[in-house]
Amino acid sequence: MDFNFTEEQGMVRDGLSRLVREQYGFEDRRKAIASSEGWRPEVWAQLAELGILGMPFSEADGGFGGGAVDAMIIMEEFGKGLVIEPFLPTVVCAGGFLKHGGTAAQKEEHIGAIVSGSAVFAFAYAEPKGRYDYADLETTAKKDGAGYVLNGHKAVVIGAPWASHLVVTARTGGERRDRSGVSVFVLAKDTPGVTTRDYVTVDGRRASEVYFENVSVGAEALIGAEGEGLALIELVTDEAIAALCAEACGAMKVAHAMTVEYSRQRKQFGVPIGSFQVLQHRMVDMYTAYEQAVSLTYLATLRLGSDERTRKLAVSAAKVGVGQSARLIGQEAVQIHGGNGVTDEYAIGHYFKRLTIFDSEFGNVDHHLKRHVALS
Amino acid sequence: MNLEFTPEEQAFREEVRTFIAENYPKHLADFGMREDMEREDFLAWHKILGQKGWSVPAWPVEYGGTGWTPTQRYIWSEENARVNALMPLPFGVSMVGPVIYTFGNEEQKARHLPGIRSGEVWWCQGYSEPGAGSDLASLKTTAVRDGDHYVINGQKTWTTLAQHADWGFFLCRTDPTAKAQEGISFILVDMKTPGVEVKPIKLLDGGYEVNETWLTDVRVPVENLVGQENKGWTYAKFLLAHERSGIAGVARSKRGVEKLREIATHETLDGAPLIKDFDFAKKVSQLEIDLAALEITELRTLAGEQAGKGPGPESSILKIKGTEIQQRLTELTLEAVGTYSAPYMGGVSNDNGSNEHPVGPDYAQHAAATYFNMRKTSIYGGSNEIQRNIITKMILGL
Repeated sequence: MDFNFTEEQGMVRDGLSRLVREQYGFEDRRKAIASSEGWRPEVWAQLAELGILGMPFSEADGGFGGGAVDAMIIMEEFGKGLVIEPFLPTVVCAGGFLKHGGTAAQKEEHIGAIVSGSAVFAFAYAEPKGRYDYADLETTAKKDGAGYVLNGHKAVVIGAPWASHLVVTARTGGERRDRSGVSVFVLAKDTPGVTTRDYVTVDGRRASEVYFENVSVGAEALIGAEGEGLALIELVTDEAIAALCAEACGAMKVAHAMTVEYSRQRKQFGVPIGSFQVLQHRMVDMYTAYEQAVSLTYLATLRLGSDERTRKLAVSAAKVGVGQSARLIGQEAVQIHGGNGVTDEYAIGHYFKRLTIFDSEFGNVDHHLKRHVALS
Repeated sequence: MNLEFTPEEQAFREEVRTFIAENYPKHLADFGMREDMEREDFLAWHKILGQKGWSVPAWPVEYGGTGWTPTQRYIWSEENARVNALMPLPFGVSMVGPVIYTFGNEEQKARHLPGIRSGEVWWCQGYSEPGAGSDLASLKTTAVRDGDHYVINGQKTWTTLAQHADWGFFLCRTDPTAKAQEGISFILVDMKTPGVEVKPIKLLDGGYEVNETWLTDVRVPVENLVGQENKGWTYAKFLLAHERSGIAGVARSKRGVEKLREIATHETLDGAPLIKDFDFAKKVSQLEIDLAALEITELRTLAGEQAGKGPGPESSILKIKGTEIQQRLTELTLEAVGTYSAPYMGGVSNDNGSNEHPVGPDYAQHAAATYFNMRKTSIYGGSNEIQRNIITKMILGL
């Protein structure tokens, strides 16, 4: 058993922490969100330069030989600064599909581009009616000669406005919600027939509704075996959940620290509000919730390589526990900040918003509690 | 980072498991807290461990500790929990022992440590008073110097299992004029000394686990003072941090959840096993998730210890979460047994040789009593509110 980071991981963390602190201040972030582009490609280029975008790929695939723990470290730092750049969809999700299911040619074509920062991916899996069931798909991919024709509507595809490529899930066979018949495709976003409606999310990111109208792709677009994509999707989304949990931990840590600091400064009845025991104990409960969330994030991250049931139990436990902690810490942080907590001007509200939306990504607390029960 | 045990640790686990299987007293298997427990029952396993050299694993090797790593100690507690073993009582092993080897003089070490290791001497803790529970520093029991003796007067309460105790460690006020925390001393008292009187307090579960201890003109030789006079608060705080580090009870709660699942497969609801009821199963899963978080948090704390950090204020988290989980576990077990949570058998059970057959299934026998008993966990060892005060001060810096 070992909870230490390697020397290299420590360096990655320090470097990234510095970058976020120095170049990703709250005002910088605000400006980026309000800009027409909505993100900071120059930060993305820096991340590529620092090797961050190549970290979780093996050296054989053109990366730097890191793994899930590296992704965790990176995402936690991003969470601290509420970084909006699409590391999760590009590196963790698309990268995960390529790593685990990609052919040599697909890896060759895409991983190098991810590592260098030239390709940005979005993962189009959710649908308006699918809720959190990856197999509940109305999007279809019909066999057409050697290739496929895609039709459907994907919902809230995070990072899609910035993306050059999409990873898409679609049904190639079977009935709605069947475990078989689900396939995964990778294609350029400018493939004819792909249209998007882009918008801003409440937590400052960008997303799209993505429509596929008779989109023709070749056989090389299929990742993994046709109709057997669900297990791959579950593996990659479990990895994404572990990474997301790390991001939430970073955001929770800062939200909590800000709240404690605020309670020291803010005076009421002639004394700092941090001297009131009723608030102290609430901040202790926030701290405890944070530590428990970190523990569950470690558990999920370190179990990603275990057998399927062990992995899913750990990941669901983390999504439940971190989700509950995120809700508690977000809400309490705002409450203790009083009126300032609900203004756009104070940073705390923006942490609250990110921690709120966290729950809806890749299955909320209820969904994962159900999955945990089903596996128990 | 990884969660795997090393081959050496796996081998250690095998060694421990074999030792427990071969040596743990059969009549104490899966003991449960029973009203008929005798002094010798409590001490049986302790004595066996004393002979093996495993009764005080966490102590420094020079005082008889094992030299086990924190991970090995964790494995040790897991393996004991697997058979629900009755572990050595904490009063000697985890409380007064570390105070004596850390702050005591050579004479005290030589005199008291062997009896703690071997399980020959039973210790009890004299901290709380009727007017000084969470506000421990307001304690009133006095120790007045008279020649080469202290004369102790006062009343202690919640003295756990003092009815069996040979020795007690008491916090007494030696300087009534000093600030509350600064006039307290840590004194060892032979419980057979004239003037010491122990009166059992009957608890909600029907058992006698704690006592009122009255001290009337108790004459104690000055060599029983540990460390310096008036510095007892320092030793008391040290002891409390030690006490808390084992208090999470993760291994035992894991075993408890397994048992809960077993019970819920026997119990039925609408003709199906209770565990198939989503509302119930959800509560069990939530408990398991919280327990998983606690387990990793404890392992992280242990890893910190392994790296040389003593048990710090983080142990307050373990206390708060650990006791909350223990309480929810007993609450869910109570829920699981349903109507058979109600019969009060007043100590009648098959395991104490009674001819009268208990009412309801065996697993329901102790559900209510255990639930009642476990309400103590968020109160003792520094109430959970006090733990929050500690975190407030030591970690949040407020």
